[in-house]
Amino acid sequence: MKPIAHLIATVASVAFATSVIAAPAPATNEAPDVLVKRISAEVIDTVKSDKDIQAGNRNKIMDLVNSKILPYVDAEKMTAQAAGRFWRQATPEQQKRLSEEFRTLLVYTYSGALSTIKNETVEFKPMRASPTDTDVEVRSQVNVSRGEPITLNYRLAKGDGGWKIYDINVLGAWLVETYKGTFTAEINKSGIDGLITRLAERNKQLASKPLNTPKK
Amino acid sequence: MKSNKMSTLPRLSGLALAVTACAVLSGCATSANPQDPFEKFNRASFAFNDTVDRTVLKPVATGYKNVTPGFVQTGVGNFFGNLSDAWSAVNNLLQGKGEAGMTDVTRVALNSTFGILGLLDIASEAGLQKHNEDFGQTLGYWGVPSGPFLMLPLLGPSTIRDTSALPADRWGDPWKYKDPHNWRNIGSGVRVIDQRASLLDASNLLEEAALDRYEFLRDGYLQRRQSQVYDGNVPRAAAEDDGDDAPTSSSQVVPLPASPAPAEPAAAETPAKTQ
Repeated sequence: MKPIAHLIATVASVAFATSVIAAPAPATNEAPDVLVKRISAEVIDTVKSDKDIQAGNRNKIMDLVNSKILPYVDAEKMTAQAAGRFWRQATPEQQKRLSEEFRTLLVYTYSGALSTIKNETVEFKPMRASPTDTDVEVRSQVNVSRGEPITLNYRLAKGDGGWKIYDINVLGAWLVETYKGTFTAEINKSGIDGLITRLAERNKQLASKPLNTPKK
Repeated sequence: MKSNKMSTLPRLSGLALAVTACAVLSGCATSANPQDPFEKFNRASFAFNDTVDRTVLKPVATGYKNVTPGFVQTGVGNFFGNLSDAWSAVNNLLQGKGEAGMTDVTRVALNSTFGILGLLDIASEAGLQKHNEDFGQTLGYWGVPSGPFLMLPLLGPSTIRDTSALPADRWGDPWKYKDPHNWRNIGSGVRVIDQRASLLDASNLLEEAALDRYEFLRDGYLQRRQSQVYDGNVPRAAAEDDGDDAPTSSSQVVPLPASPAPAEPAAAETPAKTQ
């Protein structure tokens, strides 16, 4: 090859390589454990440092959850799995409503849990998955001041929009599995619409309840 | 007269177990749920426990938590935690988990001496992890299935296997052998309150998250129990009961393959981690 052509080729390839490396990786390429670590740290740091949240401002916590965590949660998949075989029997309208109500309930519950964080730390365990897996489990534990650490694991699946959380495990119990019984019982009793109504009622109840107050 | 007061607490739990046995055997198994054959009895038990909790235990535990100085609460927790470490050690060794068992033995040795009779948990600070083993888990480890869910009056959620393991747990509880009977009862009472206080946040969360608290508690408890038997590494095949709810959501365009636990052969083929 002529030296000039060789030089041009080298420069071009270097420029090309640099531009590819320098360009920020698209969000969809973030590894699942990196993703969970990141949003976990962001949320906890915010909760610990924000005076309003420490005082029990529910709306602020929910905003935090909605903006930082929810984009990475596949609420529909969660609901579909909790509903089991009834999911296929539901109309798209029912599916949509059910997902929304379930997601809202989870946001309330998770916000309640976040508001109790004082000075706990979260420790992540090495993830045991190969790079080609599309369904992984990220394991962590919350180190509390008293007693054994609380296990907190996440199941993520890779879809078109990147990795999304579709199940959470606290202290050994998977959320979807735990709600399955309740969902099934309620659907058997009053159908899918009955379940949706029940969830909506509960959400309304939680909306009016202030945080950190002793229950009657 | 005095002799009656001495053994009230163990007698009460003995009575609770006897009542349970009678109620269960008298054929309460007429519920529709195949996974919870004792549901009627369990729900009644749950309602009873809930009343006792609401009227007595929770208020006392809340008061204890709010009023007692932090270091006292920590001391109480550490003291009884140290006693339970001894039984954890025995069970770890029974399960053949030598390292965990010896860690527990070391914990007890350290905390009982340098930790001033267990009031200080210096073993945890030294990096010795605390385990939480009991005889029910030992039975589970050796293959005894848990059996149906059983909500015990006063004693709380359990399973057939774990209930039958209770006498062993009782035998392995060092506090049972504490001699002045008044001290023993007071100690047991304090232990119960301390444990309830440590669960206050969790129970508040349960109130919010659950549509039906009994079901939520039952299903969550059974999973947690299984997780404890497997020490957190429940094989996924064992966890999923019914095959028809395998992850094939109809809303997905491309159904995900039901992938098993992380494929280690695949990991071996790709040693370099590409980020």
